[in-house]
Amino acid sequence: MTAQPTDIATYNFAYLDEQTKRMIRRAILKGIAIPGYQVPFASREMPMPYGWGTGGVQVTASIIGPEDVLKVIDQGADDTTNAVSIRAFFKKVANVAVTTDTAKATIIQTRHRIPEHPLTAGQVLVYQVPIPEPLRFLEPRETETRKMHALEEYGLMHVKLYEDIARHGRIATTYAYPVKVEGRYVMDPSPTPKFDNPKMHRSPALQLFGAGREKRIYALPPFTDVVSLDFEDHPFEVQTFDQPCALCAAENVYLDEVILDDHGGHMFVCSDTDHCEKRREQGHRGHLAPETPPALEKREPAQ
Amino acid sequence: MYVAVKGGEAAIANAHALLADRRRGDRSVPALRLDQIVEQLALGVDRVMSEGSLYDRELAALAIVQARGDMIEAIFLVRAYRTTLPRFGYTRAIDTGAMLVERRVSATYKDLPGGQLLGPTFDYTHRLLDPELAAGGEVAEPLQRASDADAMPRVSAILAREGLIEPDGDMPQDHIPGDITREPLEFPMARDIRLQALSRGDEGFLLALGYSTQRGYARNHPFVGEVRIGEVELELDVPELPFAVPLGSARVTECQMVNQFKGSTKAPPQFTRGYGLVFGQSERKAMAMALCDRALRATEFGEDVVAAAQDEEFVISHSDNVQATGFVEHLKLPHYVDFQAELDLVRRMRAEHDARENAGKAEEKREAAE
Amino acid sequence: MTDEPLLRVSALSKFYGSRIGCENVSFDLWPGEVLAVVGESGSGKTTLLNCLSTRLLPSSGTASYRMRDGQFRELYRMSEAERRFLMRTDWGFVHQNPADGLRMTVSAGANVGERLMAVGDRHYGKIRATAVDWLSRVEIDEDRIDDEPRAFSGGMRQRLQIARNLVTGPRLVFMDEPTGGLDVSVQARLLDLLRGLVTDLGLAAIVVTHDLAVARLLSQRMMVMKDGRVVESGLTDRVLDDPRAPYTQLLVSSILQV
Repeated sequence: MTAQPTDIATYNFAYLDEQTKRMIRRAILKGIAIPGYQVPFASREMPMPYGWGTGGVQVTASIIGPEDVLKVIDQGADDTTNAVSIRAFFKKVANVAVTTDTAKATIIQTRHRIPEHPLTAGQVLVYQVPIPEPLRFLEPRETETRKMHALEEYGLMHVKLYEDIARHGRIATTYAYPVKVEGRYVMDPSPTPKFDNPKMHRSPALQLFGAGREKRIYALPPFTDVVSLDFEDHPFEVQTFDQPCALCAAENVYLDEVILDDHGGHMFVCSDTDHCEKRREQGHRGHLAPETPPALEKREPAQ
Repeated sequence: MYVAVKGGEAAIANAHALLADRRRGDRSVPALRLDQIVEQLALGVDRVMSEGSLYDRELAALAIVQARGDMIEAIFLVRAYRTTLPRFGYTRAIDTGAMLVERRVSATYKDLPGGQLLGPTFDYTHRLLDPELAAGGEVAEPLQRASDADAMPRVSAILAREGLIEPDGDMPQDHIPGDITREPLEFPMARDIRLQALSRGDEGFLLALGYSTQRGYARNHPFVGEVRIGEVELELDVPELPFAVPLGSARVTECQMVNQFKGSTKAPPQFTRGYGLVFGQSERKAMAMALCDRALRATEFGEDVVAAAQDEEFVISHSDNVQATGFVEHLKLPHYVDFQAELDLVRRMRAEHDARENAGKAEEKREAAE
Repeated sequence: MTDEPLLRVSALSKFYGSRIGCENVSFDLWPGEVLAVVGESGSGKTTLLNCLSTRLLPSSGTASYRMRDGQFRELYRMSEAERRFLMRTDWGFVHQNPADGLRMTVSAGANVGERLMAVGDRHYGKIRATAVDWLSRVEIDEDRIDDEPRAFSGGMRQRLQIARNLVTGPRLVFMDEPTGGLDVSVQARLLDLLRGLVTDLGLAAIVVTHDLAVARLLSQRMMVMKDGRVVESGLTDRVLDDPRAPYTQLLVSSILQV
């Protein structure tokens, strides 16, 4: 269009107005004070759709400062489109430094994964949460689930696990695997694979969870006990992979399956792209890695 | 040789450039101006203002263009802008009894003070496509008369004089009306909160629910006491001033539905109300809202809650189309981490299943051999 | 029997506006005792049951329950958390319609196991073994353990509901028309089963029924209610064989003697 843009609509710095940020920070503080408790907050419409990380974006927007270094991942990867989009949003509205390097980030916003590189004190991991209520699919009513949390009535949660074992011989929940926080609240860790559950336990980082559409914030302060629900004779266990990453040969990491052709050919590679690249830079080679180290082009200017 | 997919940022930028191109379409066709949309697609603008809950025609028109005419996308754009605006204050409650009425119809009385006013309605038009509109013919000036000096009394006020209808909804004396855009929703909710949520709820969703009550899912015997459309004054109390400051006017549609009620041990038989109010001109939405409002008052009147339209958590949790579209459409985001976890489990369970089958077969063979 | 009652009810009344639900009901219930509350529909017996089981709060009056530590606690002064805990441990509630007391979409085993898990049992094998044991005690085949109650007949559902309630070893069970809605032959079998369980476990129970035969078979003592008030109470055999209140006489005479 040739027309000059008008000033008919303008936006505040970092998108959210300061009152809103304060309101969200109060909810975060309450969440930190009561680990695992879902704090209702007046979620705002965000300029990305509900279900696309609006809760995480609101939390990040409320805590981010000019000195922060932001990393955004989706499915463990820095370069999935939604991660790129959210990172671009914060570059645009807050002009903060961004990075793909887990160790260098002060705030990491994530959807569906916890980075493989251990988090450290001072870092904040912000989860995007679609359905914060771990009891939701057992009991659809908010009025009832809130009462169940208040009265610590969690028998139903184990009924679900019991049914899994009765039907499948094992607990068939593979992601969004419910945890008990500090021996009190049952919490949904967001749809991370259960592989990542042990990383939440006593993490030195602050973990914040934002559910925009469902209007809830919850938190795990550093070094919080996070225990995955299980039975004594069917203990919680994480996924294992039969083979290492095809690119960096990492073991004991979460792998994505990549389809190579339409004859059933596939390979397994690190879901955490930063972790994989770091390892390849250090000379680790998987059996399908390129002959020469890939041109590790800087994927995104880290300002 | 495998090279991981990269370049999300460039792909997004290119996609958006293509979107801008498609939005503009054929460059030889003049670009739409916002005033054209405001003037000529006014009901679309009204819907965006109503469900976007921001009374600004120009912004709504901009949103419609930007969304390529996708109304829910346009509503979303307006909401995402509105939410960043600071609050200066809350106006006084509008007085729809003092409305400058352009349309007012009642189904309960043949004639009534102020009369029936058809106004600019599609009712009684024959839905025949009009080729003259395509040709851009001249449109004659409508007849208009000066408004009566007296305001039109609301039908509910006429009924109320005889005590035949429940009084206007009352809230406790010290009740401060809620604001669903500033406070988290909590169930069960007071009626003021519920009405706010309904007023910005999706027209199609409320229409379907309202329709379901008519077809017997929580029937509540409605009559349109009155639908009125027109301009109402907005006034703001300013602490330093002894009088309310007029801010201007807004066009709204109000529907008062009159519903039967057989009375209870506490209350004598009288009519009850369902209420609908939306920005701009939308009878369909206001009427559907009024049907839903009445249905949602079931517990208040000790009625059995048997249908979806009476279920507050169900209706209010799912009425917001910006929330609904986001969550439905988020399914196209990558889910391969979760999917991988499920894939792994299904493979393992199938392997175990096959192993059991094979073991069973081997057993059978051995038994047969013996 | 111990020398103290399990439940003491004093001047319990429940009004719905100006209408009487039940009025001025007092009685003691002893450990292991089955009390039948008999009356026609609208007599207030279900209101009374709901008040006693704290599903409803009465308008006035008190009810005290002797906890496992021997201390009496005033039911209506307990917190909701305490009442709900009592409900799923020391008490049971058998609904007339099993669908109200069961989870229809989870397996029979999980239905029985839920209360165990709710009080902290975390060993799948033991929970399942207990469920198998309880299913057999209510005459449900072990191979039905992974079926949903939806696939069960009415009588089986009712027996499953009973197992689900008794698995935590409650001391007091409330029953609301436990045989209502079942065929006569199924009723008889269920009553036999209930009578056996109540005796074996030394359960106290309050059974609401309009059926004098149920009262006769299950209870040692009964109360007859009409218009929200207790018109007669006493040992079941005495009340049925020698009714004193005119209303009870009418009730008893209207039953075909079998």
